[in-house]
Amino acid sequence: MGERKLMKGNEAIAEGAVRAGCRFFAGYPITPQNEIPEYMSWRLPQVGGTFIQAESEVAAINMLFGATACGTRTMTSSSSPGISLKQEGISYCAGARLPIFYANVVRGGPGLGNIAPAQSDYYQATRGGGHGDYRVYVMAPGSVTEMANFPRRCYEVGFKYRIPTMILADGLLGQMMEPVEFDFEPIDPAALPEYDWTLGVRNGRPRRRVKSYDLAPGKMEEFNFQLEKIYEEIAAKETLCETQFCEDADLILTGYGSAARVCKSAVAMARKAGLKVGLIRPITVWPFPKKIFAEAAEKTKKFLVVEMSLGQYIDDVQLSILGKARIELHKRPAGGIPTAEEVFELVKKMLGGV
Amino acid sequence: MKKVFERTKGLTEIPMRYCPGCGHGVVHRLVAEVLEELDVLDRSVAIAPVGCSVFADEYFNCDAIQGPHGRGPAIATGIKRVKPECIVFSYQGDGDLASIGMAETIHAANRAENITIIFINNAIYGMTGGQMAPTTLLGMRSTTSPHGRTVEANGYPFKMCELLATLEGAVYLERCSVHTPANVLKCRKAIKKAFTYQIERRGFTMVEIISQCPTDWEMTPLNAIEFVKTKMIPYFPLGVIKSPEKKESPKSKEELVNA
Repeated sequence: MGERKLMKGNEAIAEGAVRAGCRFFAGYPITPQNEIPEYMSWRLPQVGGTFIQAESEVAAINMLFGATACGTRTMTSSSSPGISLKQEGISYCAGARLPIFYANVVRGGPGLGNIAPAQSDYYQATRGGGHGDYRVYVMAPGSVTEMANFPRRCYEVGFKYRIPTMILADGLLGQMMEPVEFDFEPIDPAALPEYDWTLGVRNGRPRRRVKSYDLAPGKMEEFNFQLEKIYEEIAAKETLCETQFCEDADLILTGYGSAARVCKSAVAMARKAGLKVGLIRPITVWPFPKKIFAEAAEKTKKFLVVEMSLGQYIDDVQLSILGKARIELHKRPAGGIPTAEEVFELVKKMLGGV
Repeated sequence: MKKVFERTKGLTEIPMRYCPGCGHGVVHRLVAEVLEELDVLDRSVAIAPVGCSVFADEYFNCDAIQGPHGRGPAIATGIKRVKPECIVFSYQGDGDLASIGMAETIHAANRAENITIIFINNAIYGMTGGQMAPTTLLGMRSTTSPHGRTVEANGYPFKMCELLATLEGAVYLERCSVHTPANVLKCRKAIKKAFTYQIERRGFTMVEIISQCPTDWEMTPLNAIEFVKTKMIPYFPLGVIKSPEKKESPKSKEELVNA
């Protein structure tokens, strides 16, 4: 803590996970996230952990399924097509209440797409992603320092509520270098509490089962309602959001992750030009900070959404504002990165050609 | 009165849901007896597949996990790597192990994961109602090969033990059956060997068990046993395919190809 170190985003997320107690990583190569498994391959053995280069993303997520069932803090990472492959396993973990942790360093799609930064996996991340009614706790970092510090929060939320958690980054955040400051001391997994659901040596305790099925009539419905309650509690207690200058704003700029960085620069330009522009940056995109948007829309009647996808994030903004303000969208999908200048131009236009 | 026999502690009291004449129940008991005999029930973790034995996590009296179709070896890998003191076994059918989970099976074996797979080969998808399996015999009818499996349409049935025997990491591979009492006893021995090798941390072990499925073969249990004897075993020869006690495979490559 206190020490600043220059790190690449992907390395920061890996180091952050290890410091947060991660002791098992399984993954498969894919650009632009390769620094994560590469880092883990030498770093985990230093702390007595296990790194496995799996035969596929599918195998990797199932290795996590097993290791997490034993109570270990685990991690896998991938980029868009690889995360698609992991969705079956993520759904099983949601059903079996296993707090796996993973990162999606998003690239352009659909299909093989490209290796440029994108935010086009927003729906997949925030709507569960795989089959079934479930949610994943999704943190969207906007800096390398956040990449480094968010894994700890993911483990804490994940193990508290027993749900999968993830970091939704992109190629830009993964590849860029920034000074990093950790906001926590390294966590020793041996000092963490024992859980009453983990598999392993029994020492006489009753046997335990980890499963995601229940064929008894009505049981799965009951379980889904239990999940819903947990999700509601997480939404009430674990939603995170950053705001700037919303109090007097005539227009609010909003985006998450890399798009939010651009928004921040545009806000600074606007304020300098005497325009009353604010910012809302969700830090968790599930749960979504609906209340903050709803309250802001009572006063501010113009919103400009900036996203590196074709209009996915805007859905959640609309669902929060419910028609109380005018919303416009600036979109740059599959490798297009918005500039602060182009956003500032749009801001000026929306505010009446100042 | 002196008790000379009792139900193994390796099984729970939950009644199994298998069809009459099915081999799963017999194999469950053999595995359970061996785990009890080796005194490792307290540190065993069972992995149940998707298929007829999906409820295996209910039946084995040890910690258990039920996972996605075919991913047992990957799940076992995750468990064993973080809990090396546990005895980890994946119980899988032919569709699970040799079709959807083929990659996980081969790679776990090749990594020499110190786990045991109990592989039930009954040449059919039982749970879903009798579709063609990767081990369905040529000419054998199923709901998706209604006129019999052909090489042209479906290729050849996989011989999993022989396939895995080429991998350095697979140390013990034996094929057994449970169609006669003598074969049941041989099978028990094989299962015990596999688990013993795991306890000794020798590497990947698998016992393939040729089993009968009267329901989806549309046969009486007796005819199903006859089918195992006259059709299955000639194609899937029984015996030790690879063992740490014999460095070389007991059969020559030519013999294996022609078997």
